[in-house]
Amino acid sequence: MTLALEAVQVTKEYPSPSGDGIITAVDRMEMALERGEFVALVGPSGSGKTTMLAMLAGLLAPNSGAIRIAGQDLTQMRERERTAFRRREIGFTFQDNNLVPYLTALENVEYMLRLNGEYDRPGRERARELLVRLGLEERLKSLPRQLSGGQQQRVAIARSLINQPTLVLADEPTASLDTERAFQVVETMAQLVHAENRAAIMVTHDLRMVEYCDRVIQMVDGRLERVLSTREDITCLVNPALCERIPLAVLGYEEDEALQVQYVEL
Amino acid sequence: MSNGFHLAWLEVWRNRARFLLFSLVIALITLLILFVAALGEGLGLGNREYLQKLDADLIVFQDTAQLQISASQISPAQLRAIRRVRGVDAAGAIAFAGASIPRASAKPMDISLIGVEPGLPGAPPVLSGKTLYRSASDEVVLDAVVAQMAGLAVGDRVTIRSIQDDRETLYDLTVIGITDSRKYSIRSAVFVPMDTWDRIRSQAMAGGSNMTELPHNIAAVRLADPTQADEVRQALLEQVDRVAIADRQATWENAPGYSEQQSTLNTQRGFALLIGVLVIGGFFQIQTLQKVGQIGMLKAVGTPNRTIAVASLLQIVLVTAIGVLIGGAAALGLAQVFPGNVPIVFTWESGLAAVGSIMLMGPLGGLVSIRYALRVEPLTALGLSA
Ligand SMILES: Nc1ncnc2c1ncn2[C@@H]1O[C@H](COP(=O)(O)OP(=O)(O)OP(=O)(O)O)[C@@H](O)[C@H]1O
Ligand SMILES: [Mg+2]
Repeated sequence: MTLALEAVQVTKEYPSPSGDGIITAVDRMEMALERGEFVALVGPSGSGKTTMLAMLAGLLAPNSGAIRIAGQDLTQMRERERTAFRRREIGFTFQDNNLVPYLTALENVEYMLRLNGEYDRPGRERARELLVRLGLEERLKSLPRQLSGGQQQRVAIARSLINQPTLVLADEPTASLDTERAFQVVETMAQLVHAENRAAIMVTHDLRMVEYCDRVIQMVDGRLERVLSTREDITCLVNPALCERIPLAVLGYEEDEALQVQYVEL
Repeated sequence: MSNGFHLAWLEVWRNRARFLLFSLVIALITLLILFVAALGEGLGLGNREYLQKLDADLIVFQDTAQLQISASQISPAQLRAIRRVRGVDAAGAIAFAGASIPRASAKPMDISLIGVEPGLPGAPPVLSGKTLYRSASDEVVLDAVVAQMAGLAVGDRVTIRSIQDDRETLYDLTVIGITDSRKYSIRSAVFVPMDTWDRIRSQAMAGGSNMTELPHNIAAVRLADPTQADEVRQALLEQVDRVAIADRQATWENAPGYSEQQSTLNTQRGFALLIGVLVIGGFFQIQTLQKVGQIGMLKAVGTPNRTIAVASLLQIVLVTAIGVLIGGAAALGLAQVFPGNVPIVFTWESGLAAVGSIMLMGPLGGLVSIRYALRVEPLTALGLSA
């Protein structure tokens, strides 16, 4: 069976704002996801997480390397094909400007069905069920501004899954939520990703959110720094104080920063 | 297409207060454009209505008058010569003067006092009563607006006031007929036989009163065969001394200030339209600027550019159409309550032209914002720029 996502030697360079130099925002990144995997992408600010996500989404062309989703190479497609590919095979949640402000919760989810020409009775039924499952039964007809931040993120999660895409991409979906809501949102997302057998990547600053992830990919300076894939390692990452075995140094921190790390964003 | 319609409609409907407010702005601009058009039509008509309705094919002027009615004097000898030219069916002398009608409860109504020859071109047909039929009489035909404004009917006595040697003099005449509106020089008209006209008209205007024969301003010539206009015009110039000849349209277009007035009003209409385009363009451009993140998100999740363009265009057309409808309805309503002496005339032609031009120019103003929306990078959804 083909991998849901495969990124090989992906590199992205930006012209540096100062002058004629270049910034290598993403440097020979490698990634492979199977269906049913929920992966966290972490790393310090400026390490290239969003840039990587944009390339995986087909929104930004890498300078070199290949990105295959469900076996299809994004870099070989023309713009129009990529747009069509995105609406079928990739689900999104963003940090802000997530929902269409003048569409209700249900309409926002159904919009993806309309885009794919699947706005029929079974499709609408699925949209409703998904929102109900996300605890939004009472808010189907609410506009985004009438919803709390957490509710909005849950609508966005429903939208990202309604088309049964191969890959779900989430850029800091919990950034504007308080801790409790953030946990709820990520937990629900993890459940749905697993239940529906999608591959998902979540960029996050908040290390505590990786608790629900199957793997943690850490980037530093555009490079793949480390992959944590055992439950034990991930637990230690989430809660370093409980865990002697993984020295914080492993994660690139000094010992005396230990207590801060729990709460401070990577 | 249908997705574009879906987005456009729900955005307008769920923000209807804002869009309605903007439609009202467009309505006001529409109203302004319609009124400028109506004013142009009204003033234009006020200057040419009588001439336009004249049952004549050619107008004969004194050669030195440069086709200005008030500067022209046609003598009875010239008139006789005109009538002898082959192809001339009839020629009537016409003379113009200003006068007024005193009113009991309002200030005097200014009128154009037009002297005509009964039964000849220039004398108006009537809607009710009789046409002028005797040359020296105290009988008048009023145009419908005068009759309405002064509250006069057939059989009534009407008082005409004019200035004679710095003193105002009143003349009592009998209304024998009422014709339709025939404004001249932006005033509604009162028609009297030529001899009566000469008695009433302001004598300050008469020039030397030692003239033996009565001069007229112009002669209106009806042709036996209107297709022969060029030949008869040539014959008139050859056989009648010291005349110049124009058709009716050239006559009113040569009236003092007529074309200047029309071009001023057309410029105003153009400016109002330009303002409309800029306002519509500005509004949608600002709205698009505020929606950049949202548009980026729509594109990121796979909305084709075509859908974005259709949605933007539909929205502009819808909001403009609603504004134009409201403005048009308001203009129509206001037209009902405007009194007859205000030189505002709504015609279907000029009204539809104005409405059509806004409906066309509005989306044109919005093109900038559509173009801008199309160029938004889906990457902005992630907070990145290319
Ligand atoms: N358009 C651009 N032009 C030049 N440099 C850019 C551009 N976009 C991003 N960069 C640079 O590329 C690097 C990676 O940026 P990116 O936004 O991917 O990091 P990130 O890991 O998402 O950071 P954060 O956690 O702060 O969101 C940074 O050094 C950034 O300054
Ligand atoms: Mg980022």
